[in-house]
Amino acid sequence: MIVNILMSLVAVVVLGAIAFAGGSVPGLQMVFGIWIPYAAAVIFLLGFIWRIFKWAKSPVPFRIPTTCGQQKSLSWIKHNSIDNPTTTKGVILRMFFEIVTFRSLFRNTKSRVIGDRVSYEWEIWLWLAALAFHYSFLTVVIRHMRLFLEPVPACIGIIETLDSFFQVGLPVVFASGLVLLGAALYLFARRVLIPQVKYISMIADYFPLFLIIGIAGTGLYMRYFLRVDIHAIKQLTMGLVTLKATVPPANVSPMLYAHLFLVSALLIYFPFSKLMHMGGVFLSPTRNLANNSRIKRHINPWNPDLEFVTYEKYENEFREKMIEAGLPVEKES
Amino acid sequence: MNIEKLLAAKRSEAVKLWFEHVIRTYPADSSRFLLNVKDQFSNPVGATTIKCLEDVFDAMMAGKTRDELIPLLDPAIRIRAVQEFSPSSSVAFVLHLKTLVRDLLEKEITSGVIDRNGLEQFDRAVDGLCLIAFDIYMGCREQIFKFRAEHVKSRTLKLLEKADILCEVPDVGTEIIPHNVYKNGGFESQ
Amino acid sequence: MKIKPDEMLKINTKPPKAHWMDVPPDFSEGKYLYPAKPKTLEYLHLPNPRDWSPADEDWKLPENWQKIIHDGFKERLDKYRSLKVFMDICVRCGACADKCHFYIGGGDPKNMPVLRAELLRSIYRNDFTIFGKLFGRLAGARKLTPQVIKEWFSYLYQCTECRRCSVFCPYGIDTAEITMMGRELLNLIGVNINWIKDPVSNCSRTGNHLGIQPQNFKEIIEFFCDDIEEITGVKINPSFNRKGAEVLFVTPSGDAFADPGTYTFMGYLMLFEHIGLDYTLSTYASEGGNFGLFTSSDMMKKLNAKMYHEAKRLGVKHIIGGECGHMWRVINQYMDTMNGPADFLEVPKSPITGTVFNSAASTKMIHIAEFTADLIRNNKLKLDPSRNDHLRVTWHDSCNTARAMGLLDEPRYVLNAVCNNVFEMPPSTTREYTFCCGSGSGTNTEEIMEQRLRGGLPRANAVKYVHDKYDVNMLGCVCAIDRAVLPPLMDYWVPGVAVTGLHELVGNALVMDGEIERTLNLRMEDLPGAEGDTDE
Repeated sequence: MIVNILMSLVAVVVLGAIAFAGGSVPGLQMVFGIWIPYAAAVIFLLGFIWRIFKWAKSPVPFRIPTTCGQQKSLSWIKHNSIDNPTTTKGVILRMFFEIVTFRSLFRNTKSRVIGDRVSYEWEIWLWLAALAFHYSFLTVVIRHMRLFLEPVPACIGIIETLDSFFQVGLPVVFASGLVLLGAALYLFARRVLIPQVKYISMIADYFPLFLIIGIAGTGLYMRYFLRVDIHAIKQLTMGLVTLKATVPPANVSPMLYAHLFLVSALLIYFPFSKLMHMGGVFLSPTRNLANNSRIKRHINPWNPDLEFVTYEKYENEFREKMIEAGLPVEKES
Repeated sequence: MNIEKLLAAKRSEAVKLWFEHVIRTYPADSSRFLLNVKDQFSNPVGATTIKCLEDVFDAMMAGKTRDELIPLLDPAIRIRAVQEFSPSSSVAFVLHLKTLVRDLLEKEITSGVIDRNGLEQFDRAVDGLCLIAFDIYMGCREQIFKFRAEHVKSRTLKLLEKADILCEVPDVGTEIIPHNVYKNGGFESQ
Repeated sequence: MKIKPDEMLKINTKPPKAHWMDVPPDFSEGKYLYPAKPKTLEYLHLPNPRDWSPADEDWKLPENWQKIIHDGFKERLDKYRSLKVFMDICVRCGACADKCHFYIGGGDPKNMPVLRAELLRSIYRNDFTIFGKLFGRLAGARKLTPQVIKEWFSYLYQCTECRRCSVFCPYGIDTAEITMMGRELLNLIGVNINWIKDPVSNCSRTGNHLGIQPQNFKEIIEFFCDDIEEITGVKINPSFNRKGAEVLFVTPSGDAFADPGTYTFMGYLMLFEHIGLDYTLSTYASEGGNFGLFTSSDMMKKLNAKMYHEAKRLGVKHIIGGECGHMWRVINQYMDTMNGPADFLEVPKSPITGTVFNSAASTKMIHIAEFTADLIRNNKLKLDPSRNDHLRVTWHDSCNTARAMGLLDEPRYVLNAVCNNVFEMPPSTTREYTFCCGSGSGTNTEEIMEQRLRGGLPRANAVKYVHDKYDVNMLGCVCAIDRAVLPPLMDYWVPGVAVTGLHELVGNALVMDGEIERTLNLRMEDLPGAEGDTDE
């Protein structure tokens, strides 16, 4: 299983190195700075839509929510309208908490008994790391929008201010980048250190983690150590979004190409991988359906017409015995 | 100086090592899960086993009798009796106490603080414990076989009843046979 | 010759660390379910009937079995979004790993829900994904070999479809759904188990899993009525297949046949008699349970069809369902979709209290615990809970009613009204977190008794806790499979705890009109404190 880790690591290092080398060669800068990012963006967008479409194409024949609380029944019994929703509003709330707070993962609690008292200890680390990972990633993505928008919207400035709340020194340190790297490293460590999780982990689990670690690492390195020329980079990125891409400025560090290439790799990989859980979580039938199939009939588009043993067939088989036992029958003989 | 006293002083280490030895008999990937005994409800195997080992260890050190040891050793054997172990692996962990005592008290044994006689006596006690484990194991297995047999018995009865070849004979001693006995010698046509 | 003690004791070493795909399933005796008999499959018109045993090397699969599985898989991916999404989005975070009772009780890594799903996912990747086709095993894919089928058979029947893992999954991936699909695929090539197929064929023929014929069904119920008369002095005359009754009552046939379910059935009869409910039983729709759920959606639909069919024929207004777990999963999540609309029925309205059950406005079928809770709430029952004072009861939420319905507080309300001594198990083991009995989804057969006992360990362990702490001696539940399998489970892990259905307790506490002084409970045991009892 070490092989899985090594291969993923090697793949990411090789990808980074190719781009770094390519970025150092003037002729290839067009490729790594413009063509590949374009291709990646297109593949990501089309791939994502294709995947969602592919899922959506399959119907939801049955209403199978996992109910995690009291159903709605008698008026005087307290109904848990979020964990066992019967209305769209309830489902939206359930999905909101699921997606925004990772509520199910939060359930991953442990209780323990000390003496004769039951107390609770939260098995909280996976949940915390997952939250930290996703939210810091989101923040980093939003902050990067600064490079693609002119003028820069105010909301990005606000997020940057919040992100640099724990201000220490110059340049401004953004918490999100560090948290992202830290959380990704934690998730990796967890995969390696917990035997059950290690046993089930595959390249498809390590590779995206290393990719993200690589992206965060190169990004942090450029910001805090290389102190790259932001204006030159913005020139390049604005050229990309306005579809007026020209030869990238010469003073851009090759490290940027490594960074950009790893991001491109992530975008290309995304639609074909488990990372699609980002879209899939919205489509999970155990979470996004109301438990109201006793109230309102759910329609199965392919509901088959099947022959079953009807009462008539049953009576035909047992008629004599039924009559003998004094059971009512439809036909006397 | 007797072994029990020396060993009792190293109780926590001894029980820990013994427990780890038991857990090593499970698939490696599950060992960390089983070793985490903080929660008796999410990990009943680990929690029950360690409690059992502690109790048995203390009872051994206190020189408890066979009758007192049986209920203490029961929970761990009971679990192993339904897991995928061979009969020998279900009880063999008891014998590990012998290795344990030699590892933990190596110094005392070489220096002669513990004499040969004392060591032999301890070994005999462990052998006895292993035999107790065997009895418990067999008891558990017999219970499982009984469950199986009852299942089959009630199903057979069901089949007879289904075929409508049973009737009730109220005066027959229900202690020996159930209410139902063959009707028409079982030859009634369907 | 040299003695080799280490070798003789080499029973306690770690198993070799192999990739899970390289670990073959174990088919020694006692570790597999018996296969369905050829004649059963023939009766049900199912493919590939033959004599075989999982212990055989050759499972006599049909010639083109790989194609059948591939096509079947594709068909199900196109029919079920759940399967498609669940195949794709697992991130293997491991949150589910230690939530399965079989993993907790046995430690076999393939019983971690995530790995159980990977058994199918690996084939899915190989057949339907780009990475799987390109990189094979590196992408977690593998070829479909006979060993894969054997592994599926072993581990898909070590899942009781209890859905506990799905509660903890951040994407709601439901192993029950995956297991159900996997079992359907196995069915396509004739790999199925007798314990499910026999009840299924019985049910389609005689109307119930146990194959009780109409006259026997009636006799059994009349036998209950005799017992009730002896205990209470009240004569009950239930009706069968009666047209024009207001309510059709359907309960699992296990209640008619196996103790302690029988006492629960007596409880229903007493309750209905006491409130004067205009109801009928049916010998044709005499099975609430549905083993079709454990084998294929088509079979589930066929067996379930009888309920509405019979309700329509008899012209009843609505249906009341008895205490059963998976029956209620079918009724709540499948019945109306499969066999509805039930537009010939009326929205259930309790004839006693006038309460309208809008929560069953479309299915027209209510759970007896809902019905009884409403009666008690409206003071329609005279109850003497002290008759249950010798019982110290804890409550087991059945998986299906808890996680596929949410019937949690109705039975508790009834329980607290009929018993004075009720003690809850720790919260991490009840309600939506409840632990399975270990024998659900058609695996409650004796050949795998050890598997059942280890799967039931987490449940039993929580019962043991309240038994040790509060002297609990009775485990209540609303599931017929529970009532059948929990007694041996308790005997093994927590001796001294018996098992009861909710309405047995109701029957005991119920003060019926014109009854004699009770000296016996429904089990024909002396009531403590009653006249003639010398213990007090």
